[in-house]
Amino acid sequence: MARVAGVDLPREKRGEVALTYIYGIGTQTARTVLAQARVDANKRVKAWDEAETARVRDLIEREIKVEGDLRREISMNVKRLMDIGSYRGIRHRRGLPVRGQRTHTNARTRKGKSRGVMIKKKPVAAAAPAAAPAAPAAAAAKKA
Amino acid sequence: MGRSLKKGPFIDEKLMERIEELNRTRQKKVLKTWARRSTISPEFVGHTLAVHNGKKFIPVYVTENMVGHRLGEFALTRTFKAHGQAEKSAASPTGKS
Repeated sequence: MARVAGVDLPREKRGEVALTYIYGIGTQTARTVLAQARVDANKRVKAWDEAETARVRDLIEREIKVEGDLRREISMNVKRLMDIGSYRGIRHRRGLPVRGQRTHTNARTRKGKSRGVMIKKKPVAAAAPAAAPAAPAAAAAKKA
Repeated sequence: MGRSLKKGPFIDEKLMERIEELNRTRQKKVLKTWARRSTISPEFVGHTLAVHNGKKFIPVYVTENMVGHRLGEFALTRTFKAHGQAEKSAASPTGKS
């Protein structure tokens, strides 16, 4: 069982691909790690022997910031931007694109799913139940 | 794309002189400035700068975390009128009448 940095590596995949299942390791990092650990990048994870697994695990846990640590670092960086009240921080707070992209259209990844246009009927329908109790009262007042 | 390291950070020289003057005389004054493009250097920390946003001066209290950012990042140039709320408040009076 090849368990690295709290993630189970898929046994059937090539080492180079399997390592990318770890948050913070892409193809490039995976290749350099395997080269440094002297493991063939094409070798499947199930074929790794104990020593190879240990070398890979050691290298990653010692030298690369992955998973929780990496996520924490990123969120700390974002938090810093928000705390100092910079433009970028404000964009993060509002959930809008941070790097100057257009927001007239697109930017759906940051803004989330389209909320659609507020149709005029909708606010009226929402206001109607609230207005209904008020209306009889108003009518009663008129009668009196 | 960041700025070339060879050049070093861009710090508005005149603003720097004024800050140095304050540091030398140990004063704290609000400095009005238009130098939005100036990087915040460590000497600025603890001062309050009134950064122009094109219309008025926004007071920015410089903290340690801000070093390396530009002054303009802290004085927003755009006003955003929110959507939606205006419609609702407009709809409810008409709904009642």
